[in-house]
Amino acid sequence: MGLRTPLFDTHVAAGARTVDFGGWDMPVNYGSQIEEHHAVRRDAGMFDVSHMCVVDLRGDRVRDYLRHLLANDVSKLTQPGKALYSCMLRDHGGVIDDLIVYYMNDHWYRMVVNAGTRDKDVEWLRQVAADYGVTVEPRTELAMIAVQGPNARAKAASVMPPEIAQRALEIGPFFGIDAGSLFVARTGYTGEDGFEIMLPAEHAVALWQGLRVAGVAPCGLGARDTLRLEAGMNLYGNDMDETTSPLESGLNWTIAWEPQDRDFIGRGALAAQKASGDTRKLVGLLVEDRAVLRSHQKVIVAAVGEGEVTSGTFSPTLQRSIGFARVPAKTGDRCEVEIRGKLVAARVVRPPFVRHGKVAIAL
Amino acid sequence: MSNVPADLRFLKSHEWARLEADGTITIGISDHAQQALGDLVFVEAPEPGRHVNAGEACAVVESVKAASDVYSPVSGEVVAGNADLGGQPELINTDPYGAGWIMRVRPDDKAQFASMLDARAYAAALAAETH
Repeated sequence: MGLRTPLFDTHVAAGARTVDFGGWDMPVNYGSQIEEHHAVRRDAGMFDVSHMCVVDLRGDRVRDYLRHLLANDVSKLTQPGKALYSCMLRDHGGVIDDLIVYYMNDHWYRMVVNAGTRDKDVEWLRQVAADYGVTVEPRTELAMIAVQGPNARAKAASVMPPEIAQRALEIGPFFGIDAGSLFVARTGYTGEDGFEIMLPAEHAVALWQGLRVAGVAPCGLGARDTLRLEAGMNLYGNDMDETTSPLESGLNWTIAWEPQDRDFIGRGALAAQKASGDTRKLVGLLVEDRAVLRSHQKVIVAAVGEGEVTSGTFSPTLQRSIGFARVPAKTGDRCEVEIRGKLVAARVVRPPFVRHGKVAIAL
Repeated sequence: MSNVPADLRFLKSHEWARLEADGTITIGISDHAQQALGDLVFVEAPEPGRHVNAGEACAVVESVKAASDVYSPVSGEVVAGNADLGGQPELINTDPYGAGWIMRVRPDDKAQFASMLDARAYAAALAAETH
């Protein structure tokens, strides 16, 4: 038996099929993964993401700490509540984890890290924190529910206490507010608008049931994966890990090179890799044939070399197979993928594939 | 719980088979198999006229989650593939023992059908697999 979130019994009672995900027993779907996917693109769906770990970082030098720890630069965060996506790197440039960090005030930042990497993340956070007098507090008593879709914010607000609902509806994209009994952030992992709501575990079931009554569809990790892939978002462990750098993972945009004197962990290795120019890159793939991309399939780029599919699926919105692949830097706009013993043609495209319910690439 | 109809025969690899009045055998995948695969997105059924051997992978069902081979329980000639699955692979999810059939085979030897698991044995195999 794996770890269970406070909502586990609720999922089982709702007919969820569960799978192991990073040591947690999580719902993969409640019937049809494709219907759950469409619910998020067209209306509102919710995900139990309580397996992810909230970590509070506090101290007088917490900003300096994070500027050293993260490849992105928290000094971009000037308004309280603003969030930043970043990788946390080893010295050699490999990705320990990808995360979101919220600037709450000058002495408090809140971070959300992946479930499967929680233990090594916390260990690393503490190791680096020692030099900065920063306390690292995993908030394992918090549950988290992501409500996503064009109608998600309105439906979620309808079940919040009125004074919190009003504040929640006013927050801008990629901001979070600490509203006492709820922490509400306008973030997500689907390419749709919505909230991620953190709350004490003992209140999670009541919020989930309230959201159901408000017409929010329960969605499993299956739909979460097809939604994030369509949205062009990486999954840690599939698309990047400690053996790959952000430069090889489509995450160049998350590296803050300026100011040049900011000494973040992994900077030297990334700069050397960038200077060599011979890096692999992560690209989006679109398959026109009736075949589905899956992780670890071999990619062949004529006259250039080989690569590998890192994530692949059938896109319910596009009705085609899409995926990400790590390929040689010189790869152009075409490649072939070895799928079940056959070579299948694929187009190289720039993710996202879908954004805010609309197809974002040429089909 | 998955549905295991009493009038069908099964393989441990989750194919079902039904002996039709004309002597052909209709083959599909079980309710348990479709639940485990999740939403089907592609089905590749064999061409009529092809000869298949018992235990041979002769169709592919692909879901949002994974691709899976479908094995013929009998040797014989494929007389039909379910053309409806080309446009509606989800028929396997909604009606695995009816409209979601995959192929029909005229067996060389009916004894191969008789040697398949009956519903009780298949249900026992499922119970053993999940415990």
